[in-house]
Amino acid sequence: MSFIPKPKVAHPSLPKNELGLTRRDYEGVMSTLCAGCGHDSVTAAIIEAVWGLSIRPEQVVKLSGIGCSSKTTAYFVSGGHGFNSVHGRMPSIATGAIAANKDLYYIGVSGDGDTLSIGFGQFAHAIRRNINMLYIIENNGVYGLTKGQFSASADIGSKTKRGEENLQPPIDPVVAGLTLGAGFVARSFSGDKQQLVPLIQAGLKYKGFALIDVLSPCVTFNDHEGSTKSYRFVREHYDEVVHADFVPPAQEITIQYSPGEAIPVTMHDGSRIVLRKLDERYDPTRRGKAYNYLRDRLAKGEYVTGLIYIDEKGRDFHEVNGTTDTPINQLPYEVLTPGAAALEQIMSRYR
Amino acid sequence: MEPTDTKNPNYYHRVVDCQWACPAHTDVPEYIRLIALGEFTEAYLVNRESNVFPGILGRVCDRPCEPACRRGRVEAEPVAICRLKRVAADHREDIRARLPRAPKKKNGKRIACIGAGPASLTVANDLLPLGYEITMFEKWHAPGGLMRTNIPSFRLPARVLDEEIGYILDMGVDLRLGTEVKSLKQLLASGEFDAVFVGSGAPKGKDLDLPGRRASLHVMEHIHIGIEWLESVAFGHTRAIGKRVLIIGVGNTAMDCCRTSLRLGATDVKVMARKPRGFFKASDWELKDAEEESVEIVVNHSPKAFVVENERLVGMTFDKMEYDIDAQGRIVGERVVGEAFLPCDDVILAIGQENAFPWIEDDIGIEFDRWHVPKIDKVTLQSTLPNVFFGGDAAFGPKNIIWAVEHGHQAAISIHKYCQGLPVSERLPPTLKLSSRKMGLHEWAYKNEYNPIERRLMPHVDLKERFKKVDIEVELGFTPEQTAAEVQRCLNCDIQTVFDANLCIECDACVDICPVDCLTITANGPEDELRTRLKAPAMNAAQPLFVSVPLKQTGRVMVKDENLCVHCGLCAERCPTAAWDMQKSKIKIPYAIDETHPSCFSPQTRKSA
Ligand SMILES: Cc1cc2nc3c(=O)[nH]c(=O)nc-3n(C[C@H](O)[C@H](O)[C@H](O)COP(=O)(O)OP(=O)(O)OC[C@H]3O[C@@H](n4cnc5c(N)ncnc54)[C@H](O)[C@@H]3O)c2cc1C
Ligand SMILES: Cc1ncc(C[n+]2csc(CCOP(=O)(O)OP(=O)(O)O)c2C)c(N)n1
Ligand code: SF4
Ligand code: SF4
Ligand code: SF4
Ligand SMILES: [Mg+2]
Repeated sequence: MSFIPKPKVAHPSLPKNELGLTRRDYEGVMSTLCAGCGHDSVTAAIIEAVWGLSIRPEQVVKLSGIGCSSKTTAYFVSGGHGFNSVHGRMPSIATGAIAANKDLYYIGVSGDGDTLSIGFGQFAHAIRRNINMLYIIENNGVYGLTKGQFSASADIGSKTKRGEENLQPPIDPVVAGLTLGAGFVARSFSGDKQQLVPLIQAGLKYKGFALIDVLSPCVTFNDHEGSTKSYRFVREHYDEVVHADFVPPAQEITIQYSPGEAIPVTMHDGSRIVLRKLDERYDPTRRGKAYNYLRDRLAKGEYVTGLIYIDEKGRDFHEVNGTTDTPINQLPYEVLTPGAAALEQIMSRYR
Repeated sequence: MEPTDTKNPNYYHRVVDCQWACPAHTDVPEYIRLIALGEFTEAYLVNRESNVFPGILGRVCDRPCEPACRRGRVEAEPVAICRLKRVAADHREDIRARLPRAPKKKNGKRIACIGAGPASLTVANDLLPLGYEITMFEKWHAPGGLMRTNIPSFRLPARVLDEEIGYILDMGVDLRLGTEVKSLKQLLASGEFDAVFVGSGAPKGKDLDLPGRRASLHVMEHIHIGIEWLESVAFGHTRAIGKRVLIIGVGNTAMDCCRTSLRLGATDVKVMARKPRGFFKASDWELKDAEEESVEIVVNHSPKAFVVENERLVGMTFDKMEYDIDAQGRIVGERVVGEAFLPCDDVILAIGQENAFPWIEDDIGIEFDRWHVPKIDKVTLQSTLPNVFFGGDAAFGPKNIIWAVEHGHQAAISIHKYCQGLPVSERLPPTLKLSSRKMGLHEWAYKNEYNPIERRLMPHVDLKERFKKVDIEVELGFTPEQTAAEVQRCLNCDIQTVFDANLCIECDACVDICPVDCLTITANGPEDELRTRLKAPAMNAAQPLFVSVPLKQTGRVMVKDENLCVHCGLCAERCPTAAWDMQKSKIKIPYAIDETHPSCFSPQTRKSA
């Protein structure tokens, strides 16, 4: 961390988005994480992505559990809404909030501990319900906040700073997401904003549950020789299969793709994700194939990254449950509380 | 781009914009920090080492440092560098015990300085401690050059001049006042001097030969040449002027002429400019000060004729001008669109100065160019006659005090080398030392917090008060509160961001935290293209890019755009591996004393010719 807040002075030629705001307008309070923590880079990527989409700060809802990763919701978009839940319980809070108001952008930030151990059940049900949110796991292979114990994402053979080896197999959040039926599954790296920023933008625009597992090294407890989640190890075992470019609705696709290489996917609001395959045998629209490819590479100790799987046709939570179109805080009192007569009617159905 | 060579002392020197822009390379951030600590004497001495006249320059310096100041790019207004210099001077203790002294035992070399302006005085300042004997010839009966005769005392009080000139003279200058050198040939032939320094300034004010200029004695008495007129005011010969005065020209001399006129009884003073605003030679602050005193600045009027009735000057006619200005702001066309008559009692011509050397004979080996400007080496200031050196306004035409001082330093080095029989062109280069400011994990030995406070304004003597006498100093100096605030505006540009590519793990922390988006990790490329690809495009080509060697993990490079770095140290605070460190750079500028060859000036040195 640093001890002085980032001064308000800014580059005079800082670009402005459609709302006339600069990146600096999307910052949060000063980070208290260790200097060099991958999580701070993810924060910067979220700021860049939300700014780039010209989302009004007050349209953003930030949700998290407990952990260094979960603390970061305070470090971006100060103008947004936020809820820091108890450990592993962010999905329930998110579900409630989303049910109540479908007009906002929901960003959940969790850790590998928060998601894959104490919160694993909640995580699975959030996917199952296909709640409309972006769920980011800042994955460092350890419980950073409690001083570096192995988490459930630690690989077999990975060593702690003091040399102890992890012997239990990991839960891979991407494999889990794919098998649980998530419609948007991606993996990225805190040190690769070129990949991460468009993925966050695509995830925010995706209708349904969008999962991004971001490898995000813990400089203090898991960036040493022998770690499989260090900056160096991740860079050496990095395999980007599909690069996603995000193209907002009104914009032309200007990048030149060679034929057969690019797959444009149109989202419900008209924006597009152009998927650029870096491995031609790969198909990000086939869940089974994606799963096999992933398992294959994981066995070789490689991190497959990019937009690994996407399905635009799934029915989200709102559709399935017929949630209210008008946020409940805007519903008239009579609609929200129909009174004793209506209650009587409901009760009579069970008599 | 090639990796930046930070071993070249100029790289980090350039980052210290003010010091780089100062002709004498005054260590500005260092003295501002000393002022912040209340160490006024130390701050004064840091100044004196390079600019010799902190009290004088703290009032009237042309301050090329201020337009260069980084703060002016980060927000609108630069740090009030010059004002702070005056604070150091105003609050210093008696420094006489800490000044260099001339040794009792002389080195046997005698130098003649012609003129007692800032250039000559600096030569004396640098050479006296080395045992030289200095004889200084001055045609007036007081030393100081134009600082005495032309800069009005309401801007620069005589007391301040006397004190700082005294520091030098007290080392033992053989000052010959009221002694005009009429022949350089004779001076050289006397054999008294080992070398001669010509610091005689640019003493000739330009005239304006328009119809009516010499129509009668009355007319000639009421048209004045600016610098001569100021001179006669300074020496008390001129004590009054007419009510309505026209000043021709809009440079700094014009500003002094108009404000002086107001103090000698004029009530309606107009400064007549040929061109529109933005093309004026006068500094912004001098214009502002004049306008505050209700001087009217009339633009687009080109002088045409002096109007004379019954042998008396009654006014002037002007061509009214119109200009075409292109997108770059240059004048590309002009035309006359009318004529105007302006009545007046006196006219002061302030349209420039020239050097003139009627006392330098053509046949002594000093070559002049077509415009009768001497041919001088730009670095050594040596003329084509090896033992004659020039400096100040005499060398390359009118400049300013701080340039005269810098010429004095350089000429002193040349004279010292010349007198030791060493080649004058082989000079010590400036050197640079770096030392870390890290004190603890997040503790730095400097105040790294950015303070958004705005530039403080100089308090002035009340408009009614200031005209009562000709020598009431208008500027009052900063109050303690203003000083305490203004010092915080300095960004400590000499606390450099020093990068070690070997340590970087490419975690992006520095890139993310930098408040002004200076940093980018990216693939290398040609400079023009790279500049467009940075986190914030680096469009100020005058400011360098730092480019590292390839980074270990990805082979990309760390690029820093120096333009807007506020030296907050956040990059270094956030870096987990200390790949960035904040290190203070100290630039060592060599002076004559550093050029002393160990084998020279030993006791057995003979006195030559
Ligand atoms: C009106 C006016 C206002 C100015 N205001 C500023 C200002 O605010 N800030 C700033 O930085 N600069 C200012 N300047 C410019 C500045 O004063 C000069 O650039 C500077 O003084 C030059 O120093 P110098 O040592 O080269 O010569 P000078 O200061 O000109 O000194 C030369 C001396 O040599 C003497 N001399 C000349 N010939 C002989 C001879 N043959 N024998 C003996 N003595 C001789 C002269 O009498 C004079 O005293 C101003 C100039 C003018 C005219
Ligand atoms: C109910 C409960 N159990 C345990 C803890 C202790 N605890 C705090 S953070 C944490 C693990 C966080 O790990 P992760 O989500 O990976 O976050 P990181 O700090 O690594 O980013 C644990 C176990 C807690 N706060 N609450
Ligand atoms: S302990 Fe690890 S995860 Fe937590 S802030 Fe420090 S580096 Fe980041
Ligand atoms: S010191 Fe570092 S963080 Fe601060 S402005 Fe300069 S480059 Fe950016
Ligand atoms: S913070 Fe340090 S290690 Fe990280 S990218 Fe910057 S210089 Fe490299
Ligand atoms: Mg973790």
